[in-house]
Amino acid sequence: MSEASADELLLSVQNVEKHFPVTKGLLKRQVGAVKAVDGISFDVVKGETLGLVGESGCGKSTTGRLVTRLLEPTAGKIIFEGEDISHMSQGRLRPLRRDMQMIFQDPYSSLNPRHTVGAIVGAPFRIQGVRTENGVKKAVQDILELVGLNPEHYNRYPHEFSGGQRQRIGIARTLALRPKLIIADEPVSALDVSIQAQVVNLLEDLQNELDLTYVVIAHDLSVVRHISDRVAVMYLGKIVEIADRKLLYSSPMHPYTNALLSAVPVPDPRGRAGRERIRLTGDVPSPLNPPPACRFHTRCWKAQDICKQVEPPLEQLASGHRVACHFPENAPQAATTPAATEDA
Amino acid sequence: MSFLDVKDLKIHFPTDDGLVKSVDGLSFSVERGRTLGIVGESGSGKSVTSLGVLGLHKGGRARISGEIWLDGEELNGATAEHVRGLRGKKMAMIFQDPLSSMHPYYSVGHQIIEAYRIHNDVSKQVARKHAVDMLGRVGIPEPGRRVDSYPHEFSGGMRQRAMIAMALSCDPELLIADEPTTALDVTVQAQILDLMRDLQSEFNSALIIITHDLGVVAELSNDILVMYAGRCVEYGSTDDIFYRPEHPYTWGLLGSMPRLDREPTERLMPIKGSPPSLINVPQGCAFHPRCPFGERTEGKAETAAPALTETEGGHLVRCHMSRDERRTLWENEIKPALETS
Ligand SMILES: Nc1ncnc2c1ncn2[C@@H]1O[C@H](COP(=O)(O)OP(=O)(O)OP(=O)(O)O)[C@@H](O)[C@H]1O
Ligand SMILES: Nc1ncnc2c1ncn2[C@@H]1O[C@H](COP(=O)(O)OP(=O)(O)O)[C@@H](O)[C@H]1O
Ligand code: SF4
Ligand code: SF4
Ligand SMILES: [Mg+2]
Ligand SMILES: [Mg+2]
Repeated sequence: MSEASADELLLSVQNVEKHFPVTKGLLKRQVGAVKAVDGISFDVVKGETLGLVGESGCGKSTTGRLVTRLLEPTAGKIIFEGEDISHMSQGRLRPLRRDMQMIFQDPYSSLNPRHTVGAIVGAPFRIQGVRTENGVKKAVQDILELVGLNPEHYNRYPHEFSGGQRQRIGIARTLALRPKLIIADEPVSALDVSIQAQVVNLLEDLQNELDLTYVVIAHDLSVVRHISDRVAVMYLGKIVEIADRKLLYSSPMHPYTNALLSAVPVPDPRGRAGRERIRLTGDVPSPLNPPPACRFHTRCWKAQDICKQVEPPLEQLASGHRVACHFPENAPQAATTPAATEDA
Repeated sequence: MSFLDVKDLKIHFPTDDGLVKSVDGLSFSVERGRTLGIVGESGSGKSVTSLGVLGLHKGGRARISGEIWLDGEELNGATAEHVRGLRGKKMAMIFQDPLSSMHPYYSVGHQIIEAYRIHNDVSKQVARKHAVDMLGRVGIPEPGRRVDSYPHEFSGGMRQRAMIAMALSCDPELLIADEPTTALDVTVQAQILDLMRDLQSEFNSALIIITHDLGVVAELSNDILVMYAGRCVEYGSTDDIFYRPEHPYTWGLLGSMPRLDREPTERLMPIKGSPPSLINVPQGCAFHPRCPFGERTEGKAETAAPALTETEGGHLVRCHMSRDERRTLWENEIKPALETS
């Protein structure tokens, strides 16, 4: 939250961009750039969960990889615990890696099949050269227990486990060094419905027990609402709306957020008739050539000329609720932009 | 008899590790103009069922028994060649991954034209015009130009639409859609679900939609079959399954799912454990290792397989608990917990 006092602030992302060069021919001449992340800003305070949603390709994973500095930003600043890590060398980043960990989507490919569970979960201790009171094995077994696995699983291999158990192993590895910030990139989307719920509950329990801060990336809007305190909505490399989860889901202001929410199928057969539906046409445009000004104008039913000419800034329209749109929905009267009032 | 009537279908695969009982005694029916939703977690036998109905296991190593009646004709006993002749025209399928069912070297239009000409004695030009029409109908922009595109030149949503166009090009009377939107974003999913709803009411076809997403079945289905470990555990109207469910597995699915249409609950209520392997399906009630109510049936759950019995007017449940016990549990414990936990 922008009004958060500095001592609570864990992470601050300021105008960050990541452009991947597109090259052609033998000489690898650059002919363009994929603007995967194109100027985003948000803060994460200690102990909270920030959800990141949006359609495939909008830049969610790239954002996660920038924040954990698996990628270097093309522009902008990433500040972790008051320190600018935007262009820090790998050597200087190493001690920080203890504090920031990432959980990945695919519980199958993210674990080395030739290593035992003990080796996988214990690896961070060895890599970081961390000493433990009663030896690494005991520490690993404690963590296995924490994530709901049997400490006797220590010598088993990943293929002996189900998808949900493998995701628990991945989470155990993440927790080994007691990180402060965990970026979870689609932590449950590869899992069966009944197992998803187990892992969601586990993440919540661990957060309470270990005082963790989460950034959870997911395309499932129901999971994100369940798990997050605040939610940011991305579209084509930009954050278009960010708010407390309650506000975002009860009075979404950006047309894209409204469209996303109304597209979620509701498991209530009688409710389906009464719901207002917004149907977007077409697909997300390519990030190689994003539409000018408001990037959503090619699919937005409210688009006016100004949307094609002037990029709407991400502005605070209500307390803790920032939106980038010239004609927001559900906006408090006084807060609408001049362009919007003019038109109304 | 219904338009499609499947009776006691079993599809077993002999493998080196043992016999995989992918489908183990499944019965269901669908009328023209109606939609049946089949829900279940991965590995529960949904795809094997749909391929079975279309006769696509014939000639393989699968052991198939039971009856598949389509429009008064039994297909399990029919020859592979005969059933092949019915595919496309009489019945068609939409797969989860359009790339696997479209040929990468031929244009999208070419594939629709070929499919159409197998069943219709028309010139190439007439067939091409039909292909352009179909692509337009499923919402592909500039169909006259895109008809010559190759599958890889389409986005995921467009490919899925093109496959629907291909499946519908001969007006099949039975359409089976196996996870048709699982790989898509919600906005595109909503477009595809609308499209399937519209086309179905227009062609009055029988539709089977297979998915693990309860929201998707609630949007489309008239009836729902809940599948667990190759068998049906609950079957009923969409209202039965969502408002009066009686099987503990169905309760578990509902409790696992965060819902946007309700106040957020504090905690989800997962099912413990994970789905069984179909080589070693648990004895007795296949769900008993994960069922919180197993001890209520005095050891029967571990030894005797419960039968699928009617609880009321076409609503079937496979559980040893008595109807009254299940209904009391639902009303007094499960339903209130789902709404307020
Ligand atoms: N290394 C790379 N080189 C070039 N382009 C890339 C690279 N990594 C990502 N991109 C592109 O950047 C855009 C954003 O990708 P990203 O993986 O962040 O999307 P996402 O929001 O995580 O999508 P999904 O929901 O599908 O995981 C996409 O267009 C993607 O193709
Ligand atoms: N050709 C085959 N040979 C052996 N086992 C198979 C074959 N096809 C599917 N199975 C098994 O049958 C079970 C059900 O599979 P499937 O119908 O694909 O599940 P889903 O419900 O996810 O669609 C799984 O255990 C799967 O491994
Ligand atoms: S700025 Fe214009 S085009 Fe963009 S979301 Fe708002 S109304 Fe739509
Ligand atoms: S038969 Fe017993 S174990 Fe099986 S679902 Fe019913 S209560 Fe649960
Ligand atoms: Mg991603
Ligand atoms: Mg399947």
